[in-house]
Amino acid sequence: MSESTGTTFRAMTWARRRTALSRVWRELRHDRPGFIGLLLLSGFGLFALSAPLIADRSSLLVASGRNNPDLAAPSIKFLLGTDEIGRDVLAQLVWGSRVSLFIGLFATVVAVVIGSVVGLAAGYTKGKVSAVLLAIDDFFLVVPFLPLAIVLAVVLGRSPVTLSIVIGVTSWAGSARLIRAQVLTLSERAYVERARALGASSWHVIVRHVLPGVAPLIIANATLIVPSAILTESTLSFLGFGDRLSPSWGKLLEGAQSSGSITLNAWWYYLPPGLCIIGIVLAFTLLGRSLERIFDPRLRGR
Amino acid sequence: MSRRYLIKKVIGAFLTLSAVVVFNFFLFRIVDRDPLAKYRGRSKLTIEQRETMIRRMGLEGSKWDQFTVYIKSVLRLDFGRSFDSTQPVLGEITARLPATLFLVGVSTLLTICVGLYIGTKAGWRRGSRFDRTSTSATMVLYSTPEFFFGMLLLAFIAGRTGWFPTGGLRDVGADYGFVGNLIDRMHHLVLPTVTLTLGYLGSYALIMRTSMIETLGEDYLVTARAKGLRDSEVMSRHAVPNALLPSVSLIAISFGFVIGGAITTETVFSYPGLGLATANAISNNDLPMLQALFLLASAAVILFNFIADLVYGLLDPRVRRTE
Repeated sequence: MSESTGTTFRAMTWARRRTALSRVWRELRHDRPGFIGLLLLSGFGLFALSAPLIADRSSLLVASGRNNPDLAAPSIKFLLGTDEIGRDVLAQLVWGSRVSLFIGLFATVVAVVIGSVVGLAAGYTKGKVSAVLLAIDDFFLVVPFLPLAIVLAVVLGRSPVTLSIVIGVTSWAGSARLIRAQVLTLSERAYVERARALGASSWHVIVRHVLPGVAPLIIANATLIVPSAILTESTLSFLGFGDRLSPSWGKLLEGAQSSGSITLNAWWYYLPPGLCIIGIVLAFTLLGRSLERIFDPRLRGR
Repeated sequence: MSRRYLIKKVIGAFLTLSAVVVFNFFLFRIVDRDPLAKYRGRSKLTIEQRETMIRRMGLEGSKWDQFTVYIKSVLRLDFGRSFDSTQPVLGEITARLPATLFLVGVSTLLTICVGLYIGTKAGWRRGSRFDRTSTSATMVLYSTPEFFFGMLLLAFIAGRTGWFPTGGLRDVGADYGFVGNLIDRMHHLVLPTVTLTLGYLGSYALIMRTSMIETLGEDYLVTARAKGLRDSEVMSRHAVPNALLPSVSLIAISFGFVIGGAITTETVFSYPGLGLATANAISNNDLPMLQALFLLASAAVILFNFIADLVYGLLDPRVRRTE
């Protein structure tokens, strides 16, 4: 094959991907829930990016609240009031968006990588390997998710990075199952059989033919793992994991709960982080379900 | 239901439970090399006390020796002593079990009934006003951490109106007689139950709705309509039973999430069950307690899944007759 035909092939592939991408964009724009999700998500993204403009990082330190009133109601100086040690709640909220998003996205990457590898392997292999992988998958599907995450986090550590890994390790089982099913149907397709008949290695078939086929499913599924990862993170933080000095939204809720802000009617402390969690989870869920509909024609009209 | 199906499911449940038991050992004895390091009072222990603790926790000898000791103690339901209260873990758990069973039981029942009802109605009349409102509402419910519901209920209902107590299992130190005490306990149970129910209603309704929509296109519904059955008959006799099938197993899996929800809900309402015990064990690094709670939660979910398999077997004539 000469170099020029190689480049034309590549150009054709890219042109095809561009059309596919613009088709997805067009459908997404006309899918109202999905588009609302995307807008909400952009809003949260901007919020997280603007953190340094809204508040200095140093206002997260314990010492920063020393000269401020404790649990003060919103004012011009503190738009969302202060917490039980006088720290600015808005500063913690805006910096917390980064922690929540980071853990949610990082955990999703871990889950998607494990889920895809297990799903592809379980779908492509036959016999014992596939059976063992399925048994492991079953185990992680059945074992209750939060207790498992708790014991893992207690043993492995409580930092944001270990929390992300723990959440990732506990949330891949469902996607592995989905990906396996898709791989099984793809492997029966004529073009995969043709590639195999032409002598392609398993690696080539998986990477070049099966993976592109399951990629849309993986993307839609990943978009749906993010919200559950964010919810799990907030739950774990609420139960005492996580870092008090760079609090996520869940950690803020824990602070609000343990400081008695509820009985003291300090709504500015517990409402904003809770509403933010609902908003971001809703945004990812709407977008993920919409992508699912776009990529999987069988789901149309839901 | 055929005997073979039953035996297959019993063996499956047993194997999963064994896997959990082995995993528990692996996590707390191999990944965590020195479980005693998490014991807070360790610096005050004399050498003899330390050795007694190591012996009591079964941390002596090779990993294989430890494993046999561990398996034997699990079979005897002996989970050691809590780091925190120094009482046997089993006693701590059985004392708190009824409170949690009641909370989780009542709210699971409510969630299943209400969730399936909403899901069925929304799916059957897809695109209707009921569907649009209920789907938006269930999406929001689904996106809310259940403990935040709890906090809102505490702040806006218990706090503002005083209609409900803000926490605990019963009024401390009060005695209203047998019936009065029962009512008092129910009164304390209302908000935690509502919290847990709202927290998981969303996913059950969404599962049932999807499953209903999938049956809508099936031929047997066309047949049923062609026979001249009324709409409500087509729904209740043909669509719902078929839509229930996939929901049964998904609901069983979601039960694991309800158990997780009980942990945070009990924390918000200081409801003294196993969930609050879990939260306390986390903050005290109480490993023996956490191990036992993890085993118990897993066993509960495995049992629930097993029951779901049996229900599935009863509902689905294909499983009932063949296999």
